[in-house]
Amino acid sequence: MSQPEPPRATHGAIEAVWRIEAARLIAGLGRLVHDIGQAEELAQDALVAALEQWPAGGVPENPGAWLMAVAKRRAIDQIRRRERFERKQVEIGHDLETRRDPSEDDFDSVLDSAAGNISDDLLRLVFTACHPVLSTEARVALTLRVLGGLTTTEIARAFLVPESTVAQRIVRAKKALAKAGVRFEAPVGQELAERLPSVLEVVYLVFNEGYSATAGDDWMRPALCEDALRLGRILAELVPGEPEVHGLVALMEIQASRSRARTGPGGEPILLLDQDRARWDHLLIHRGRTALTRAMALCGPPERPALGPYALQAAIAACHARARTAEQTDWARIAELYGALAWVVPSPVVELNRAVAVSMASGPAAGLELVDQLASAPELASYHLLPTVRGDLLAKLGRLEEARGEFERAAALTANERERALLTRRAEECAGANAAS
Amino acid sequence: MRFIAIVKADERSEAGEMPTEQELAEMGAFNEELVKAGVMLAGEGLHPSSRGARVVHSATKTTVIDGPFAETKELIAGFWILQAKSYEEALEWMKRAPRPASGEFVIELRPVFEAEDFGEAFTPELQEQEARIRAQAEQNA
Repeated sequence: MSQPEPPRATHGAIEAVWRIEAARLIAGLGRLVHDIGQAEELAQDALVAALEQWPAGGVPENPGAWLMAVAKRRAIDQIRRRERFERKQVEIGHDLETRRDPSEDDFDSVLDSAAGNISDDLLRLVFTACHPVLSTEARVALTLRVLGGLTTTEIARAFLVPESTVAQRIVRAKKALAKAGVRFEAPVGQELAERLPSVLEVVYLVFNEGYSATAGDDWMRPALCEDALRLGRILAELVPGEPEVHGLVALMEIQASRSRARTGPGGEPILLLDQDRARWDHLLIHRGRTALTRAMALCGPPERPALGPYALQAAIAACHARARTAEQTDWARIAELYGALAWVVPSPVVELNRAVAVSMASGPAAGLELVDQLASAPELASYHLLPTVRGDLLAKLGRLEEARGEFERAAALTANERERALLTRRAEECAGANAAS
Repeated sequence: MRFIAIVKADERSEAGEMPTEQELAEMGAFNEELVKAGVMLAGEGLHPSSRGARVVHSATKTTVIDGPFAETKELIAGFWILQAKSYEEALEWMKRAPRPASGEFVIELRPVFEAEDFGEAFTPELQEQEARIRAQAEQNA
């Protein structure tokens, strides 16, 4: 008979527990010590203890409670040490406000007072990590670290920067929060709504970082899409009354649904209208449409919902997802949604997209009319898609000589080799067709 | 990464017995935890096999065999579709599912194929598709 195996925990199993527990652990500790940096360090200490003890002893029955107990003991040790230090300072003549020595019971009562309210702790963690005093880069690194449970190494690999850079960003972020006296709090009411975009921006940036990864990239990069989706889904449960959270989740779910169809075998991009729709992920499309419905239900009367920018982009993505073939796309609806989007966030790029949708709905002449109105927009002066779109519309109208000029201009503007080759070919085709006629 | 966690059937689920209020509450709390953590993509409970059938294809014919089926423990009673960072994470989540008051509650965890799992074998199909799309694009042009 074989010996019963001792309970062992692999590194992977410990990492898995960490991934699940990190945010809750740091959030709970944050409420105890009122400082996200210190909370994160205490949680890391607990992880180190787990890495030392679990491989031999196995994962404890309730690993979250185990980690919290270790971190809590460290916190009390730290506070006591600081108190002793401060007392010595008093002895040599400094002031000290009288404070009682903390005990584990004090901590337990703080934790218990909000037991079952992990959501509030997590919300504080989200808004502290995404605080506006921090740069976007710092917010991204800190959010992935404390909420996503990613290691510095993983974040560095995903963002193609040295590990020391990420470590520095996190250290600086913690210092910046301490320096600005940012308390471990979540905004409420109107302030929450005002600060929410800085959180959503971080999540969508992480998503796009993963979405823009190409086939040859380290798998950590595309995995960022899943990390962002997960953060978005968590947020949607934390602030279920905020329509834009659901809008962002909807947008990410629908965009992620196309990930299998959007690149060819060599990693070259396949444009939306050329994608094999059978390869789209219908579970994610369904989830995206459900999230969009939630967003719309929170946006005023159903016949005229006042959607925010993420929900509008999700609604556009949903139009494409609904069409079983590219030809069935409801371009009139998409043009209308781009119109609404341009009104909410005025941008010539959005207008250009609207022009494309209009051309698909009402013909190239109608689209060209809109594109021509954009020709003088300074933001688009070096944007290669403006001449690309204009060239495409002119070609459809048979104005080949003008189209050729636009394609050549676009080819000179793009930084992407593959795109340049395509545009040059299109310019040559225009010239060839013109000569033949 | 995606996983399917298959809930195995037992005598009670096959008899069409509904879960007790306690069981429903515990399972509801667990599902809520999965949703709040952003890991649950979908999940459903199934009617007993007496309400289902098997469609058996062979080289020459197709046969439909109506349920119920005898091998209770091999049947399934429900499933979750999970998205997790690793197999270990999905496993850790399933270790947190509620325990039954009596008997056994068996969950079978299986990774779902991802595009990269197909490796080399995936390439010819994609190449073919790519060729088809190219041809289509040229037709449209």
